[in-house]
Amino acid sequence: MVAVRHPVVARDQMKRAPVMRRDADRCGVATTRTFVPRAALAAALLCGAMGCARSPSMFRAAGPAAEQIARLGWLFTIVAAAVTVIVTGVLLAALYRRRPDRTSSVEPSGDPRGPVRWIIIGGVVLPAIVLVVCFAFTLITQAAVASPPRPTVATVQVTAHRWWWEVRYTGMGADQTVVTANEIHVPVGRAVRINLVSNDVIHSFWVPELAGKTDVIPGQDNAMWLQANRPGTYRGECAEYCGLQHAHMDFVVVADAPTDFAAWLVRQRATAVAPTDAAAAAGLAVFHRSACAVCHAIRGTDILGRVGPDLTHLASRQTIAAGTLLNNRGNLAGWVANAQSLKPGSGMPNVPLDGRDLQALVAYLETLK
Amino acid sequence: MATVVASADAPRAQLTEIWETPRGLLGTLTSVDHKTIGKRYIVTAFVFFIIGGLEAAVMRAQLVHSNMHLVSPEAYNQLFTMHGVTMIFLFASPILSGFSNYLWPLMIGARDMAFPRVNALSYWTFLLAGIFLYSSFFVGQAPDGGWFAYVPMTARSYSPGLNIEFFTLGLIYLGMSTTMGAVNFIATFFTMRAPGMSINRVPIILWGTLTVSFLIVAFMPALTVASIFLYLDRNIGTHFFDPANGGRPLLWQHLFWIFGHPWVYIVVLPAMGLASDMIPTFCRRPLAGYTFVALATVATGVVGSGVWVHHMFATGLPQLAMSFFSGASMTVTIPSGVSIVAWLATIWYGRPVFKVPFLFMVGFIILFVIGGVNGVMTAPVPFDLQLTDSYFIVAHIHYVLIGINVFPVFGALYYWLPKMTGRMLSERLGRWVFWLMFIGMNLAFFPMHITGMLGMPRRIYTYPSGMGWDTANLIITVGAYVFAIGVLLFLIDVVRSLRVGPLAGNNPWDAPTLEWSTTSPPPPYNFAVLPTVRSRYPLWEERLHEQATSIVDRGPVLDDGRETIGTSALDAEPTAVLHMPADSPWPLLLALALTVVFYALLAVSWTWTGIGVLLVFICLVGWLSPSRTAPAPGEA
Repeated sequence: MVAVRHPVVARDQMKRAPVMRRDADRCGVATTRTFVPRAALAAALLCGAMGCARSPSMFRAAGPAAEQIARLGWLFTIVAAAVTVIVTGVLLAALYRRRPDRTSSVEPSGDPRGPVRWIIIGGVVLPAIVLVVCFAFTLITQAAVASPPRPTVATVQVTAHRWWWEVRYTGMGADQTVVTANEIHVPVGRAVRINLVSNDVIHSFWVPELAGKTDVIPGQDNAMWLQANRPGTYRGECAEYCGLQHAHMDFVVVADAPTDFAAWLVRQRATAVAPTDAAAAAGLAVFHRSACAVCHAIRGTDILGRVGPDLTHLASRQTIAAGTLLNNRGNLAGWVANAQSLKPGSGMPNVPLDGRDLQALVAYLETLK
Repeated sequence: MATVVASADAPRAQLTEIWETPRGLLGTLTSVDHKTIGKRYIVTAFVFFIIGGLEAAVMRAQLVHSNMHLVSPEAYNQLFTMHGVTMIFLFASPILSGFSNYLWPLMIGARDMAFPRVNALSYWTFLLAGIFLYSSFFVGQAPDGGWFAYVPMTARSYSPGLNIEFFTLGLIYLGMSTTMGAVNFIATFFTMRAPGMSINRVPIILWGTLTVSFLIVAFMPALTVASIFLYLDRNIGTHFFDPANGGRPLLWQHLFWIFGHPWVYIVVLPAMGLASDMIPTFCRRPLAGYTFVALATVATGVVGSGVWVHHMFATGLPQLAMSFFSGASMTVTIPSGVSIVAWLATIWYGRPVFKVPFLFMVGFIILFVIGGVNGVMTAPVPFDLQLTDSYFIVAHIHYVLIGINVFPVFGALYYWLPKMTGRMLSERLGRWVFWLMFIGMNLAFFPMHITGMLGMPRRIYTYPSGMGWDTANLIITVGAYVFAIGVLLFLIDVVRSLRVGPLAGNNPWDAPTLEWSTTSPPPPYNFAVLPTVRSRYPLWEERLHEQATSIVDRGPVLDDGRETIGTSALDAEPTAVLHMPADSPWPLLLALALTVVFYALLAVSWTWTGIGVLLVFICLVGWLSPSRTAPAPGEA
């Protein structure tokens, strides 16, 4: 499939294609003129641009939990297919087998032992044997995926909001907060504990290539663990219907080499750098005086909104709006100006800004690496 | 009184006068004839089937390609919710009630159901509850929480509109209808069978409907209670499901699925019964393993009522509890396997006649197997954690509901509509209908297994490109429309049949059971003389070389008012002559009064609720008041 790319490389490619949007055939908000003919080309470029633009297949397992589940899944799939083929074969044979000449318009039941033998063997004994074997493998797999192979090396608190994911690395001291959104970084080959908290309704946390689902239920502390054995970006989704924008509640899990992961943590722990150029400084001022500051926080400034995603390192993320859009200049501007037509019902309002303010704001947001 | 006469000598004119519902509007609104009610159930449920199908057609247009914007997310969420509610509550179950209502008395040699007026009430409440649910579209606030309506998304804080009120109240109202129907079936099964029709001689549809009637009586209250709790949470300020005040969202899920999983069996077991009764006719031999199939039907109901937690494996329950429910879910396979093997053996040892109803039976068996094994795939806890809430489950439920409900129902329509209308449907068109539906069904739902495994979640109104889901979704949409063309062709066939279809005669299929001994359509009194039954296949006895002792052409007439024979519960020994009620306006009036109550609750208007309750009370008094014209029992 698509080669796994380092996030930095992916971002560079995105800059070269500034108006590529994940939903490329929806028009209207891009601030730069689009040079793309149509959706097909866009999709192709997108696949190149994003490491995770591939099917999040549960059978392309990249971690120990998903691998063991995939093995169990193949067992059940093969058994299911075999049963279907065999029963259909028997049915066709029963329908078209040669029969002795008819003696009456209705056949008497004849010796009932034949059908009873069929039923006992085909309906009870054979299924029971197959089921016992399948159930044994089920129990083995269930025990194996219930806990990680080795103790977890980090704990991530994931808080589900309608319709985005807040990600918080805990257990690192109060001054070492790492808060981000819709993107979870994990070290390759190590298990990470995920504590799941809901801010509102029931959601479900699902990264098909890494593990099964765990529901995120308000008033209930659910937890699971994730481990990726290959570096890469894995698509995650909300799997429990949670309202209007359930379709746009995605995230990514990025598995980095342990040293890269440590470096990422250090970068994320830092507060935002102060703007160095005039445009960015103007953007910060726009952020301050517009609606942005009400909901969002930027650590290192006095902007401490708690409603929406923490934007301290917004520019380091691959996507915005919970996987709705790729994170690039055009999309950022479109999202700020016109969130309600891109993701109707989202908590992000349309922020009416004139062109210059919008450009300044986006310039500032792009410095939040 | 109960003198035995030959069928030819029965006073048919007098019987007609006693049993016939007067023509005209009044007669239409007051009829308690089980045949009329059964046909109304079938037609109404079929109308809802068409509406639910149109909703699906819009959804499939939206999903034909990634990033489509044909409908808004609000509209899509209402569409998929109402599609589920419609197909599950307003089609799949009521259409089977329709067949059971129509067929039971004819199959067991009775002249009506045990409680004809309750039967009429059950239909009117079904119709009005359906209209109640659909009236939500007129205020633009159709239910939008999914057919499962998980809290807290459906709590007042996240769903302030009337959407969920329509849902909770509509389901409570429908539950009343379903429960009344179930009680009626149970009473009819145990009291109304023809003399000699012991419980091991009844057609399998009776076992199916009897089992689900017990399931309904046992488990419908769970849904009703859950709906009442949610209504109270939303409107009175209780905290049953509110985590901020000590409530538990999972309580809703347990209550919902304690009802919801048995409901799956409620909409398939009677359909499997229909199949078990049709297959022998087209295989020209008795059903192989009748006792096994009857026991398997009951066993499915029993085991199926203890597996609801498999809908909740991802909610964070203890591992041991999940293992138990996982194992229990797998054991449901055994009774299903028994039924399938019994049908296969019937075909093997029989001599298949490939008429249209039988084609639907063959399709049904194949789809049942697929819907069974893909269900087993979701039983192991770890694999279910991947599959649940993905498109795989959409594939599974549609193989189950279309395979084990819609296909037997269409087979049954081709088989029994001639009995109801007196005219045959077209073999030629029927073959087209079958193949379009069978191919369309598999095109539409098989690829969903794949998209689910490729990580496509359910209930999303749009999806991104580049996920490998586009091609499959295009095929799915094409399949859905092919299926729809099949259904459309069926409607054309029905209209054609009603106008120019060849006359059916009493028994066009040379079928073995009692309903085929009377005319097509049957007279208002069903049987001129009441039969005595001594075997499972009364009309085949001579050819099966069994002792031909069932008597269908001689028997008591019972023409002293509306009368039929009451018999003992197991062996069907005659115990009483039952006096049946006359046509009555009260079922409809009571249903209308109940509708006032439910609209008042919708508006949270206690004054109007009080007025509605008063109207209900008045109707009950009217219903229970002794009739001035009908003779009291034993009077004549």
